[in-house]
Amino acid sequence: MSFTVPANLEAEIDKLITHYPVKRAASLMVLHAIQEHFGWISQEAVEWTAKKLELQPINVYELVTFYPMLRQQPMGKYQIKVCRTLSCALGGAYELHKHFCEKLGLDAHAHGPQTTKDGKFTVEFVECLASCGTAPVMMVNDDFHEAVSHAKADEIVGRCK
Amino acid sequence: MSAAPTTETKPAPPAIEKIKVKVDGREIEVPRLTADWSGKLMPTTMIQACELAKTDVPHYCYHPKLPIAGNCRMCLVEFGTPALGPDRKPILNPDGTPKVVKSPRPAIACATPVSPGMEIYSNTPGVKQMREGVLEFLLINHPLDCPICDQAGECKLQEYSVDYGQSASRFVEPKVHKPKSVDLGPRIMLDDERCILCTRCIRFTKDIAGDDALGIINRGSFNTLTAYPGKAFDNNYTLNTVDICPVGALTSKDFRFQMRVWFLKETKSVCTSCATGCNILIGSREKKIYRYTPRENDAVNGPWMCDYGRLNYKWIGREDRLTKVQSPKSKVQGQPASWSSALTEIAELLKKTPAGSVAIIASARQTNEELWLISKLKAKLGAISDSVSRMGEGDKLLVSADKNPNTNGAQLTGIAANLMGANLPKIVEGIRNGKIKTLIVFGEDVTRHGMGADLLGKLETLIVSDILPNATTKLAHYLLPGCAHAEKRGTFTNTKGRVQKFMKAVEPPGDARPEWEFLHDLVCNVTGQDGFLTIEGLFNEMANAVSALNGLTWAGIGDAGVTVKI
Repeated sequence: MSFTVPANLEAEIDKLITHYPVKRAASLMVLHAIQEHFGWISQEAVEWTAKKLELQPINVYELVTFYPMLRQQPMGKYQIKVCRTLSCALGGAYELHKHFCEKLGLDAHAHGPQTTKDGKFTVEFVECLASCGTAPVMMVNDDFHEAVSHAKADEIVGRCK
Repeated sequence: MSAAPTTETKPAPPAIEKIKVKVDGREIEVPRLTADWSGKLMPTTMIQACELAKTDVPHYCYHPKLPIAGNCRMCLVEFGTPALGPDRKPILNPDGTPKVVKSPRPAIACATPVSPGMEIYSNTPGVKQMREGVLEFLLINHPLDCPICDQAGECKLQEYSVDYGQSASRFVEPKVHKPKSVDLGPRIMLDDERCILCTRCIRFTKDIAGDDALGIINRGSFNTLTAYPGKAFDNNYTLNTVDICPVGALTSKDFRFQMRVWFLKETKSVCTSCATGCNILIGSREKKIYRYTPRENDAVNGPWMCDYGRLNYKWIGREDRLTKVQSPKSKVQGQPASWSSALTEIAELLKKTPAGSVAIIASARQTNEELWLISKLKAKLGAISDSVSRMGEGDKLLVSADKNPNTNGAQLTGIAANLMGANLPKIVEGIRNGKIKTLIVFGEDVTRHGMGADLLGKLETLIVSDILPNATTKLAHYLLPGCAHAEKRGTFTNTKGRVQKFMKAVEPPGDARPEWEFLHDLVCNVTGQDGFLTIEGLFNEMANAVSALNGLTWAGIGDAGVTVKI
């Protein structure tokens, strides 16, 4: 499998590295840049990053597995993130999550992000989105939605083309 | 006799200031600085002070020869420091002693430096509660599969459970399950459910072995020790991680499920795989050796040893070991000869040999005592002698390029030529031109060193002692079965000139006898000089005779050995 980093991304990463006193310190920013471009971080990307930063692959792999927002699998075109911290949990976040999963044919009880077979949607729980007064809240990619009823949820999904 | 000559040529360490601290009410003096894992002087920690006070502080992640991690929290202790008034002067009690104020919070003893006047409390009810709490947390996801765990019997979780464990678990939730039987590398098997995430193995392989191969992935209760997917954990020091793993997470594939550790007899010995001479413990039961583990000796190997040396023991128990004495007569009769008849015959033969007609090739794998006894024969017979050099690859940590465990012993006793192996061509030439008629070989297959079967066929007498059969033993007129180091006592002199003794772990097979024993008989028969029948006496006699060893005694060299000038 070929993993190639385009020249402009590599130039951006090289510049990023210069912002830190030691190469290792740039690890997270380099991973962000890679995820921004590819959408996820493959094993080849981990190895490429390790080589770039003069580290062992395990050092980068530790980071990638630690942060849930660093993706180890390709994600859907639309990433539905349902908040499940206390207020939202009380406000029906679990029901909302289940509603999405049932609507999109996903397993509501599986651990971690669930992606539809066609690669269009990913549904997952996230922690506090900082809008406890309007629970339950959720995000679709970078768009924020408050007080999401099941009807509103259907409408949101409908708008995703 | 009391002052064994140690030529450890380290510069005298600079005097380190002492400070007074109290451990559980007892005042002791500790150095302000102590060498850390890398030998660098760092402020003395509470756990080191407690060790000096002979107070045991339970711990998992702390290891004196590894960088401090401070993650297991088992070594939490309470402490107090002298109180200072607003004038920065110590506040005194009514009786004039400094007032010590107990810290409201505990501290981890492994990473907290001591200060003058500090008081460490390691046996308070609070400390006991903390240890119980830490242990309870560590056991939450632990599989409790002690009955089939290889670590059972030498497991810190078990030991501290005896001291601080609860009789019943309060945990009713389902346990987190993690990978089992993970094939981490060619010699290591990992059980992630047993792992307590102390990171000793990670620090060892990164900082000691120099192979940053292990890490902890995922987070929270899903934390999992692993190597990078698809990458084997296969450096030459991996098995040390099994030793330092405080629980049964990392196990040796070689030792796994072979023997319960409490049935093993542990015998102090020395590794023979190279000239470093790492100190080891041989774990054996009845006649079988099950494992080698490193025995800490900071002058040689610290607490480590290489994987190659550790696993190089199976030849000792091989089925085809030489177990019978052979003489020309017994060969014809097809029956083994007796030791006494063979040794008498050999002595008679040797006594008749003209000076210069005998050559001796004795391996630098023989012990100091054996080589010295052989040197007595050499002197009496006017023989030429040498050993076989065994150079290979070394590394920067422990492995020496010299694969003979006793090169220096062969040099000190005068058996080896100054340049080891330089006499071998002369011996070949001597046999070829008929000058050398008798060859005595100890522990080498000389057919691999320029003396083919046709050349050896020209000899009148070929006397061979060895442990395993080879082309030379097949041609021998007299064959004397010898012992592996694990089957006898003796000493080796390592590459730095450290004379180290090893003890007997198992019985030799069949009629095999320690070489020094039958050499003693032979030397007595040939030279008429009686020696000592015990290894202690023999060693002391040798130490008197060999100038480099003068002043050493068997008792005096202790378990850790003594370095002599080479």
